[in-house]
Amino acid sequence: MATHDIPLEPLSADNDEPTRRDVLLIAAGGCAIVGGAAALWPLLDQMNPDASTLSLATTEVDISHVEPGQALTVMWRGKPIFIRHRTDQEIAKAKDTPLDDLIDPLARNANLPENAPASDDNRAAKDREPWLVMVGVCTHLGCIPKGQAVGDYKGEYGGWFCPCHGSQYDTAGRVRIGPAPENLAIPPYSFLSDEKIKIG
Amino acid sequence: MAHPSSYQPNTGIERWLDARLPIVRVVHDQFMVFPTPRNLNYWWTFGGILTFMLAVQIATGVVLAMHFVPTESGAFDSVEKIMRDVNWGWLLRYAHSVGASMFFLAVYIHTFRGLYYGSYKAPREVLWILGVLILMLMIATAFMGYSLPWGQMSFWAVTVITNLFSSLDAVIPGLGTRLVQWIWGGFAVGGPTLNRLYSLHYLFPFLIAGVVALHIWALHIPGNNNPTGIDVKVPTDTVPFHPYYTIKDGFALVAFILVFAALVFYAPNFLGHPDNYIPANPLQTPTHIVPEWYFLPFYAILRAIPNKLLGVAALNGSILILFFVPWLDTSKVRSTRYRPVYRWFFWAFVVTCVALGYLGAQQPEGWYLVLGRIFTAYYFAFFLVVMPVVGLIEKPRGLPGSITEPVLGPEAVRAAPATPRRLKPEQVG
Repeated sequence: MATHDIPLEPLSADNDEPTRRDVLLIAAGGCAIVGGAAALWPLLDQMNPDASTLSLATTEVDISHVEPGQALTVMWRGKPIFIRHRTDQEIAKAKDTPLDDLIDPLARNANLPENAPASDDNRAAKDREPWLVMVGVCTHLGCIPKGQAVGDYKGEYGGWFCPCHGSQYDTAGRVRIGPAPENLAIPPYSFLSDEKIKIG
Repeated sequence: MAHPSSYQPNTGIERWLDARLPIVRVVHDQFMVFPTPRNLNYWWTFGGILTFMLAVQIATGVVLAMHFVPTESGAFDSVEKIMRDVNWGWLLRYAHSVGASMFFLAVYIHTFRGLYYGSYKAPREVLWILGVLILMLMIATAFMGYSLPWGQMSFWAVTVITNLFSSLDAVIPGLGTRLVQWIWGGFAVGGPTLNRLYSLHYLFPFLIAGVVALHIWALHIPGNNNPTGIDVKVPTDTVPFHPYYTIKDGFALVAFILVFAALVFYAPNFLGHPDNYIPANPLQTPTHIVPEWYFLPFYAILRAIPNKLLGVAALNGSILILFFVPWLDTSKVRSTRYRPVYRWFFWAFVVTCVALGYLGAQQPEGWYLVLGRIFTAYYFAFFLVVMPVVGLIEKPRGLPGSITEPVLGPEAVRAAPATPRRLKPEQVG
């Protein structure tokens, strides 16, 4: 048999000279790794939000019928948006809260710089102090907090109470009792007129 | 494998097949004559029961998939259609949903049995690790399956559990949010989420089946552990798997199926939540959301910790810690039967798991929260403190000389070493 001229360990370190086999191994192995990674990307990226989901970017809301003390919930990108017309007492309560008492010191307001402090001014609508517009999703694990309807329990701070794990938010939507780590997020929005808000 | 093959192909066709694909030889060696300790008790029958439950879930699941519509608007109605219109649909769906509970009941008993008798100790570490992997795949599969009816509990369970990943925002800002949106296929749980969970719910049982094959392979290298925890020393410590354990496993399986059938036919919704018969509503969270009973202990651990990232870490850690059990337990004795100190801690751990299950269903307030924290602390202390420390300081009771000795007594071992007496075919048949 002619097996004697085929080395038993073709890739052994004893063989210092690179052979044609070494070149083929590196070339084929490199192609397999790069090609595999390239083929994997479409398989993973297809799960990200698709074009039709991304196109649902803005929604307009009529707020003319929302009296002080009332609240409105609308959908934006599949999430509830809480719009609250706050009373003077609720505003005063939020303003009187020292920032040192807060769990999350940041405003979490998409319309402001990321490091803006969580003062009531930075949480409420610009120049429209009674209005509070927030994503109504608890920052703990995504439940919808109670507090929008008239008879709801609003928690010790008079804002919102999450029934899932007991997080409580104040009248500026700031988390006051955990386990939620962050204040309720404020989406990008603007007032088109006194009666109309554009969210997104 | 662990013992020499005793297969004798007698006919020409058997010899022909054996030379090409020795599948009959494998079945004969591994499932007919496989030497099995003669003293296995009924706690050892749950491996067979689990294999049966996996087959039930795959069979009922495949046919339910022929009628289920995985869309936001179609899912809930198609499940109701299965219940009302599809021939035998009610039976198939109840068998599948109750089957998930029975599957978990069996896997938890199987896991506690492994813990009690030290079945994770050398040389069975890989066997144990594969088992924990199966448990994790089962948890993922059950979670995804529970989302499919698209009721209120389905929807909010998906919301809460997928949001666990958003805790990574505390590590790298934005990472958790990106990851969660990738899982959702949107900015909230919705149609795309349901569709992908359905796809993966169909895939995972076959991954489980694959790991089960590895689990059985890893079992058949060292062979079964047994209630004494001591090694097989002579062939008379064992009996052939068939007929001794095929019959014992079969009897236990029938008893198990009686419980399964009683739930399916008389209390199919006993373990479920009425809220899941309300269609999913993304604008309203149910006032009291709880997972299925088999996830309650983990849910209690999640809620016991007031920090989001640490709570999620504890939830994951409570399962991942099982991977390290073979190295956390320092005792040289396998079976808890001979461990007078550890035994108390073991039963305290069982009580802890049941208590966490109870607390997971309660509102996280007041005493429930305090107790949840105490039991969570013990859950981790059992693995991280009790297992290493008690193993070092405990003086175990004397072990029997052989597997056969506690069964037949020392005289019987000397008198009749060659004949297994305990289970004669006429006694069990």
